[in-house]
Amino acid sequence: MMEDKRKTYSYVLPKREEYEQKLAARHRIGEIASRFFFAANAFALLVLFLLALNVSNSAFGLVVYTYAVEPDSLSDRPLYELSEPELVNLLVEKVPNRLRVVMRDTLSQVENRLFTTAPLREVLRGRTFDPEIADLTVNDLTPEQIALLLSDNLSQTELAAVIERQIIQPNVTRSWQLFDSLLNREQIERDVAERFPNGDLAWRSWISWDFVVSSVSSNPTFAGLRTALLGTFWVLLVTVITALPIGVGAAIYLEEYANDSWINRTIQTNIRNLAGVPSIIYGMLGLAVFVRVFEEFTSGRFLGITDTNGRTVMSAGLTLALVILPVIIVNAQEALKAVPSSLREASYGMGATKWQTVSRVVMPNAIGGIMTGLILSMSRAIGETAPLIVVGASTFIGIDPNGIFSKFTVVPIQIYQWTGRPELEFKNAAAGAILVLLITLLLMNSIAIYIRQRASVRL
Amino acid sequence: MAEFTLPKDTSLNKRSRPVDDLIRYVLFVCASISILTTAGIIFVLGNEALNFFRSHGFIQAGNSLIQAIEPDETVIRHTTSGQTYTVGDMISFAEREGTEILLITDVPERGVLIVERGYEGTTPSFHGNGSNLFKVKNVTLVEFFTGQRWQPQIAAFGFLPLLVSTVIISVIGLLVAVPIGLGAAIYMSEYASERARSILKPTLEILAGIPTVVLGYFALTFMTPLLRAIFGVDVVQVYNMASAGIVVGFMLIPLVATVSEDALRAVPRSLREASFALGATRFETSVRVLVPSALSGILAAIILAMSRAFGETMIVAVAAGAGPMYPIDFNPFKAAETITGHIARISTGDLSYASMDYNSLFSLGLVLFVVTLALNLLSNYISARFREVYQ
Amino acid sequence: MNNIEDRIEAQMTLDKEFVALQLEHVNIYYGPNLAVADVTMQIHKNKITSFIGPSGCGKTTVLRSLNRMNDLIPGARVEGSVLYNGENLYSHQVDPVQVRRNIGMVFQKPNPFPKSIYDNIAYGPRLLGVTKKSVLDEIVERSLRGAALWDEVKNDLKKSGLALSGGQQQRLCIARTIAIEPDIILMDEPCSALDPISTQRIEELMRELQSKYTIIIVTHNMSQAQRVSDYCAFYSIRKDETEVGKEKRWGTLVEFDSTEKMFTSPASVETRDYIAGRFG
Repeated sequence: MMEDKRKTYSYVLPKREEYEQKLAARHRIGEIASRFFFAANAFALLVLFLLALNVSNSAFGLVVYTYAVEPDSLSDRPLYELSEPELVNLLVEKVPNRLRVVMRDTLSQVENRLFTTAPLREVLRGRTFDPEIADLTVNDLTPEQIALLLSDNLSQTELAAVIERQIIQPNVTRSWQLFDSLLNREQIERDVAERFPNGDLAWRSWISWDFVVSSVSSNPTFAGLRTALLGTFWVLLVTVITALPIGVGAAIYLEEYANDSWINRTIQTNIRNLAGVPSIIYGMLGLAVFVRVFEEFTSGRFLGITDTNGRTVMSAGLTLALVILPVIIVNAQEALKAVPSSLREASYGMGATKWQTVSRVVMPNAIGGIMTGLILSMSRAIGETAPLIVVGASTFIGIDPNGIFSKFTVVPIQIYQWTGRPELEFKNAAAGAILVLLITLLLMNSIAIYIRQRASVRL
Repeated sequence: MAEFTLPKDTSLNKRSRPVDDLIRYVLFVCASISILTTAGIIFVLGNEALNFFRSHGFIQAGNSLIQAIEPDETVIRHTTSGQTYTVGDMISFAEREGTEILLITDVPERGVLIVERGYEGTTPSFHGNGSNLFKVKNVTLVEFFTGQRWQPQIAAFGFLPLLVSTVIISVIGLLVAVPIGLGAAIYMSEYASERARSILKPTLEILAGIPTVVLGYFALTFMTPLLRAIFGVDVVQVYNMASAGIVVGFMLIPLVATVSEDALRAVPRSLREASFALGATRFETSVRVLVPSALSGILAAIILAMSRAFGETMIVAVAAGAGPMYPIDFNPFKAAETITGHIARISTGDLSYASMDYNSLFSLGLVLFVVTLALNLLSNYISARFREVYQ
Repeated sequence: MNNIEDRIEAQMTLDKEFVALQLEHVNIYYGPNLAVADVTMQIHKNKITSFIGPSGCGKTTVLRSLNRMNDLIPGARVEGSVLYNGENLYSHQVDPVQVRRNIGMVFQKPNPFPKSIYDNIAYGPRLLGVTKKSVLDEIVERSLRGAALWDEVKNDLKKSGLALSGGQQQRLCIARTIAIEPDIILMDEPCSALDPISTQRIEELMRELQSKYTIIIVTHNMSQAQRVSDYCAFYSIRKDETEVGKEKRWGTLVEFDSTEKMFTSPASVETRDYIAGRFG
């Protein structure tokens, strides 16, 4: 039996020629696979590239402006060369009925619904006005009085801008995407000449300084990001102020103080699991707890602020703080772990208490890592959308948030809203907002990398 | 030169350090906030979901009383247009919790109902001539988990349509992310030079850092037109699950790639050498030795990705469609709302806290939380076991 | 016969039948650093050759260059030639996969794959395209018998290779290596992680394998070299301290001869000192 096996055995492995033939095939398969593996990696790069291309494609391009009033018919000189009185005259002459709207949009300090009923001392708080009219309301003013208020409070360029918006009313009637604009220029020009004989064809960048500093508008031509940027700023402020001390405190406890008891292990496991909870769930927690249960606090009612409910910057900031807390804790823990234990021992050896060691030796050495973690978690918070939608940020906000108890919207929610609008031009505005958001994130990440590198050089 | 002495105390007795104790206590409180958060999530979702199953839905019936009824009367005469009733239905005369509910015990003829007054502990009261009838509905667990229609306006709360679209999008996402992410992981850990890695790794990090609302925009304005160009505008709807799912896959690539790469790199060098020494090519070593050895780590990555796909909100809210599908349709080129997408859309705008809609969101949230938590725990468990093997 | 070239000439003219590997002026670099300089020697067929020497003398580096395992280390480079069947392993048309299929290797620490015992051994044959279950069964059995492990594991072939003891794991690795019937087996301190009894079994096994395979073993253990090997190569460290602060070290072959000669009357003083335990 055994002998038989030995006989067949010599034929078991493939012979040399056969093997070499197969080897070539194996190498071919390996070669194809390695190309696939590389392509898989390059794919991430391709996605980023396409994303950038796609956004740029919408953020720049040709547009047709049409006007309610031809600019040339107003004055023989360009608007920006006219003097202030001339501009005020233009306003009174051309749009006496719209002056109140102009005043509301440029000077008013109160919410729109209160604009016509509130006394002018409220409406114009902090502006220059004649004390005699302080107790009147807007409805009592003549067009001339409003014009006077406008010229007292606005500079020449601001007045010119108001006239451009209110009288000339340039409007992007059609926009073309970047590649379309570059490749089909002639076709577009023919189209425009035929369909918009009075329109001006011009290049437009949807991301511009004006775009960043203008407030929201129902007209995409003038829509801006200021309100959302301020909202993002305030929300982030609340988030960082609450999440940083709590997160770092928790990390110090877990790394430096906690023994291996079940409660500490539970906390550690729990933090890991919290990091995996979908952010929209945090939004629901924020809605039920911060917006509703703690409404007295988050609406600012306990300070006498009465014009809001719990859907404020405060609620949003606290909700986001919960979202990024696990990220901050885990990063801070890593930073603390990286501090060599010999430093701690040196400090204890000189008779320092635990807190002295932590605050004077461990923390200064971990601060670079903690800051990097903070910035990374902030860049996560900036892009976070879902929890804030649930907490209630997404209603149309006309006035800028000016504190932690204001109603608000944030940049990503503005993007979400604009993307959902049927007008193509709002998609252009969304692309502009995306560029602003991505540039902000890029800056933040660069700072994080810079801090990380500096910290690693020092150690 | 001024003389100075350091304070000296040679006693070795224990002394109290109240500041240190206080700090320790404060730090512990910081750490336990995470426990509080979890408890809060569970309580809030559980409580509101419970309210959801306790509360009633009211559906406009189209009938009205043609004869006023006193609190003790059990015969109702109503207009015959609109809803028809069967025994066991509940009716009410106002669209509010707390108003009287009546149980129909008999339907003797058209326009006449025999009812039990003050059903479910409500108080019988007078209802005037011309009062509108509402059909009252309780949402049962069975309806919630098996119902094929989700439409709050008609108090239809079967979450299968939302679940199906969530699963379809997650599966499409994984089909994109797993092969690409795994391929990228193998390349980075087995093929790439250190220099190449130093370029590829940050690329993945950047992709991971793109806000999902931006990816949603990408899905809607790039992927959807692309799909429509390939498969035809008649086949692919403007909002569709496929483009949302593919872009969810893009979002997951960095996650799958980095976690799998860590798993592959944790496989000891000696196994690679053993395989090479037996005459295996690099590809054979990767596929036959490394991937099987790192399988549980890779599996953990995939499960984690599944959980992430399940909970992803903005991409689907922007690109997958507004409105749950009805009837259930597995065609990925059709629009459908996912669990998260529905929560996001309904919360937009002012939602009344007392409404059934509001409570229903929390029941969806609870399902979402339980599923993602279970997946995360499973993933942690598997990767912990994986780490044990190669300790 | 004092002239080195004459000696090489003489070796070259030896019947090819008896030479498994011929190393000629082999220099090995890691990046810009010279690791091993100018090794010229021959490995005899169906004999056991041991490499000995102090830590860092490059004996493992040389061993790994014999089946191109050094290719896997980024920046590693080999000059000179290693002739196998008259072909230089480092000429560019040579396929390293092919080399390793013919020159197998057993490592310092047992490294079974986290697969079953059966799959560990079937791995190599499967790479070669053997798929028939009956054939694989036979290879597994023969290889395990060849590695003197069959009787211990024949009932647990489905068990994970990691479940075996250290000595069994190492024999499993040897079985895995002989399953593809290489010409030469390189062993890099195969017993250093094992207890004395397991070590003895591996040594016995090497003697049994000698009839079919050429074996090269790196060892730290002088008595092991003496016990198991027919030929012995002694490597040592050379230093260059001319540049202050930039000390350079590399390994080189000091002496190569039959084990008996090396351990009784070595030609070099350095070898004698090392064998006598005076350094290293």
